[in-house]
Amino acid sequence: MDQFLGYRRENGDVGVRNQLAVIPSVFCANHVAKQIAKQIDNAIVFPHEGGCGQHGKDFEQTYDTLVGIGKNANFGAVLVVGLGCERIHSNELAARIGEAGKPAAFFDIQEKGGTLKAIEYGVRVGRELSAKLAEQKREPCEVSSLILGLKCGGTDATSGIVANPALGLATDRVIAQGGTAFLSETNELLGTENIMRRRAASEEVYHDIVKALRHCEEVLTRLTAGLERTSEGAALVSPGNFSGGVSSVSEKALGGIHKSGSSKFVGVLGYAERPKSTGLFLKEAASSDCNVVTSLVAGGAQVVCFTTGVGTPTGFPGVPVIKITGNSKTYQKMGDDLDINVGKVIDGTLTLEEAGGIIYREILGVASGEPSKAEILGHDELFGIGRFELY
Amino acid sequence: MAEKRMLILSAQDNVGVLLEDAQKDDVAVCGDVRVACAENIPFCHKIALANISRHTDFIKYNEIIGYALCDVQQGAWVHTHNLDDVRGREGML
Repeated sequence: MDQFLGYRRENGDVGVRNQLAVIPSVFCANHVAKQIAKQIDNAIVFPHEGGCGQHGKDFEQTYDTLVGIGKNANFGAVLVVGLGCERIHSNELAARIGEAGKPAAFFDIQEKGGTLKAIEYGVRVGRELSAKLAEQKREPCEVSSLILGLKCGGTDATSGIVANPALGLATDRVIAQGGTAFLSETNELLGTENIMRRRAASEEVYHDIVKALRHCEEVLTRLTAGLERTSEGAALVSPGNFSGGVSSVSEKALGGIHKSGSSKFVGVLGYAERPKSTGLFLKEAASSDCNVVTSLVAGGAQVVCFTTGVGTPTGFPGVPVIKITGNSKTYQKMGDDLDINVGKVIDGTLTLEEAGGIIYREILGVASGEPSKAEILGHDELFGIGRFELY
Repeated sequence: MAEKRMLILSAQDNVGVLLEDAQKDDVAVCGDVRVACAENIPFCHKIALANISRHTDFIKYNEIIGYALCDVQQGAWVHTHNLDDVRGREGML
């Protein structure tokens, strides 16, 4: 089995980065959390809009997502910053994250006596956690410990004929060695039901997939009801998709599914759910790139592979996002943002198999510590927690 | 008139994908299949491989990607002006 250099965690998970995550338990603590993270080496912050004033399953989804981010093996330690009166209690959030066997400290701004004292305390605690992380070393780890997040954005027709099929070949190699991958974006899988029938590991999994797609389609139909079919509001793919040669949501879906390769789907996971086994899963997330990638990371993905036709620069804090384009013109224009050009397959100078090999080796290289372009440029736009039943 | 490279993803498909910008009267070529372009078709956009009548499905990847809003002639550019999709919203126009 192939190996990469990662950080082994106490619970057996493997991280490909080793940072301190500073997580506010509520939006009211965002500023203090940001000021703390700024003053600590190797710390990153996850400001968000939730944590209070949310109800039922929407509240749970935000809570579970924050837990999932904190548990992600790329973060060696976590500091939870609370206000003190919010619904997500900082001590409980830290305790749930700590179940993953990593240091998870917490405190509340009200208890510490306001902004300045809270920042001072948080910086002191955070620096101690960060110093311990600096002592840890990378060691050889098996590909079976990888969880690959699969995503496309800024799609044009090259994504569906080159970039996604090439990524699918790399995904197959990770799965064949006992690794895990997440396909997602249920709104962009409408029209793939026939393929899913062949790709589901069992009748039960097929029914779960169809149920997820049907639910998504019902929400979309409700949201677009009464709108002109040709209007921007009723369009299910973005203007850039259309100009890039994609004509419908089904066409986009049929190209998009290729990034999951040819393995069988072994299950469907909820928005913030982590897998209990290895293999290929469908993750029930939809809507924007940030809502989807946040779901992948909350589920445990340490590396995200992101195909793009017209070019997008985005990244996720603490999780490498590898950008792959199937459009050589886009690569010439936006090469600073893009890690791999498989457009050479269309140009006729590279085979699809070679392109898959290039992506696979890039995954192992980036997992071993090589920075992705989005990391080099400091992109962090892809953190954004999806609201329950938006889709 | 020039030959332009085209990709047909599945033998059952009734649309092909242009792998380079094509002008009217260029010939899109994929193996033995040759279709004259009835109009300009941009890189990565679709061309009708046969006559496709109104409300018939367009097939790419051997799956339905939408239906014809009007009669579409062989060689025509296939895009949102003559293709629509019923998925994720209320039925056929």
